[in-house]
Amino acid sequence: MGILEARHLTKTYGDFTAVDAVDFSISEGEIFGLLGPNGAGKTTTINMLIGLARITSGSVSLDTADYTGNVKSVQPLMGIVPDESNLYEEMDGFHNLCFCAALYGMPKQRREQRARELLDRFDLTEAGSKPFKAYSRGMKRKLTIAAGIIHEPKILFLDEPTTGIDVSSARQIRQMILDLNRQGTTILLTTHYIEEAERLCHRIAFLVRGKIVRTGTINELMKIVEEQTIVQFKLGNGHLHLDKVIPNEFTNEFTELTAETGSDGTLTVRSRVPVDLMPLMRFLDRKHVPVFEAKIIRPSLEDVFVKVTGLEIARMKQEKEKSMQ
Amino acid sequence: MKPWIGFWNILLKDMRNYYLKPPNVSWGIIFPVAWTLMVFIKSSGALDVLGLLPGVMCLSVLFGTTSMLAVTITFERRSRSFERLLIAPIDLNLLMLAKTTGAIVFGIFNGFVPVVFAFFMTDLSGVNWPLVFGSVFLIAVTSTFLGLFIAVSVSEVFEAQTFSNFFRFPMIFLCGLFFPIQALPVFLQPLSYAMPLTYGADILKTLISHDGHMGLLMNFGILIAFSLLLFGASTRNVKRKWIY
Repeated sequence: MGILEARHLTKTYGDFTAVDAVDFSISEGEIFGLLGPNGAGKTTTINMLIGLARITSGSVSLDTADYTGNVKSVQPLMGIVPDESNLYEEMDGFHNLCFCAALYGMPKQRREQRARELLDRFDLTEAGSKPFKAYSRGMKRKLTIAAGIIHEPKILFLDEPTTGIDVSSARQIRQMILDLNRQGTTILLTTHYIEEAERLCHRIAFLVRGKIVRTGTINELMKIVEEQTIVQFKLGNGHLHLDKVIPNEFTNEFTELTAETGSDGTLTVRSRVPVDLMPLMRFLDRKHVPVFEAKIIRPSLEDVFVKVTGLEIARMKQEKEKSMQ
Repeated sequence: MKPWIGFWNILLKDMRNYYLKPPNVSWGIIFPVAWTLMVFIKSSGALDVLGLLPGVMCLSVLFGTTSMLAVTITFERRSRSFERLLIAPIDLNLLMLAKTTGAIVFGIFNGFVPVVFAFFMTDLSGVNWPLVFGSVFLIAVTSTFLGLFIAVSVSEVFEAQTFSNFFRFPMIFLCGLFFPIQALPVFLQPLSYAMPLTYGADILKTLISHDGHMGLLMNFGILIAFSLLLFGASTRNVKRKWIY
């Protein structure tokens, strides 16, 4: 029995089903990832779990207690970090944190001590006296996470924690998530970054068009593509115009292979059987395409996601980034 | 105890962030002065301070409570900071009370600004102040809940402002402060009795200028009923529209 259980969780808006009979269970101390494209129903699922959206049907329980329709009873155990930083713009970092702690009934002395602790831990001590509106995106995100954990929740809901922030802040935030988890916090994380889910989560559920299409640990999910061999060739410059020609000729000659070229001058070849490199090299040589590098690539979670959902990762990322602007 | 820590801090935050800002405090002082001057110029004779006071107090409370609340709640909802309150372990009724208490306090403060001016202009010794305070409190509560009702019925700040005026301006002219209700056209009179300010104004007229025409008890009862109705409708709207 998990600490958080969702059974046949469904959300409909009129005729539209945003979340369709979703089932999952999160164990104590786990980082569970909900991975899916924009509009897959990730935020709606979180909103139902935390009480910002009404559950159309299904049930949810936390710590074995069913809280369907009675979310207030479990809200003290929940920490919530929404997909957009929503602290008070006019208030400084320190007072924002104190205010959030007060909402959970923390006494004054304790909340001030905890706010200082978190500002220090999140490298925001100096910024603590500045108004929230003066923060950079990364700092805002960090303070929003600090606000989500100020009352030391049992389970933390993180909705797209690193979307739209700079690389260095995103890295810091990922480390913070791992640290929090090491200290015992159970985490439900939604993301559309596959590599983030792979790096952080113990288990992942692929959510597409409101449905969970696959759930498993990274190892379990990787088994789906383990039988695949992927070879990547780094081709010489000037041959990118062969984008369509090369893959087509390749698959005509080697029927057991699929091939695609990347915009970075690479040719990726996939096969269900072990690949003999020499015939491929000879083929490229015949076509006067210089090859600078050839390497076997371990299939990634991205390959699993593409295989299971049939969705294109690049388009998924682009859509999300666009929606954040 | 714990939810009350949240209640108190929401109230303090709203007071600091919205109500105690210099533009609002100055508005609370200038507004009653402007109303007094306007009526003084219109009367073109000796100023009947006692006759004028209930009206200016009522309008000060009405504008003081509704002007900020409708805007701040709509603004917090737009910036999604209101979600932070909705996901806190505080009962929705207590949360909405916390959000409105700042406006009620600000409304009461506004309501007594004209009293301070009147104190220097006329003899106020015969006035039953505890009852006046009770009535100003009740007018502030009803007007605030009216502002709350408006705030949770719209989604944009400009809609909140427009919708507020849609309620406020007819109330000014139909609540019996400037024109006796009996002197209004017959078809407008039921509208007057459907407005909470009519009963608040009548209480203050009874207590200050002694020319109210409805019973105090009935007026208080109707104001309480209005408050409960508006608060109930507002929290129902929040549950229905904001927790979607």
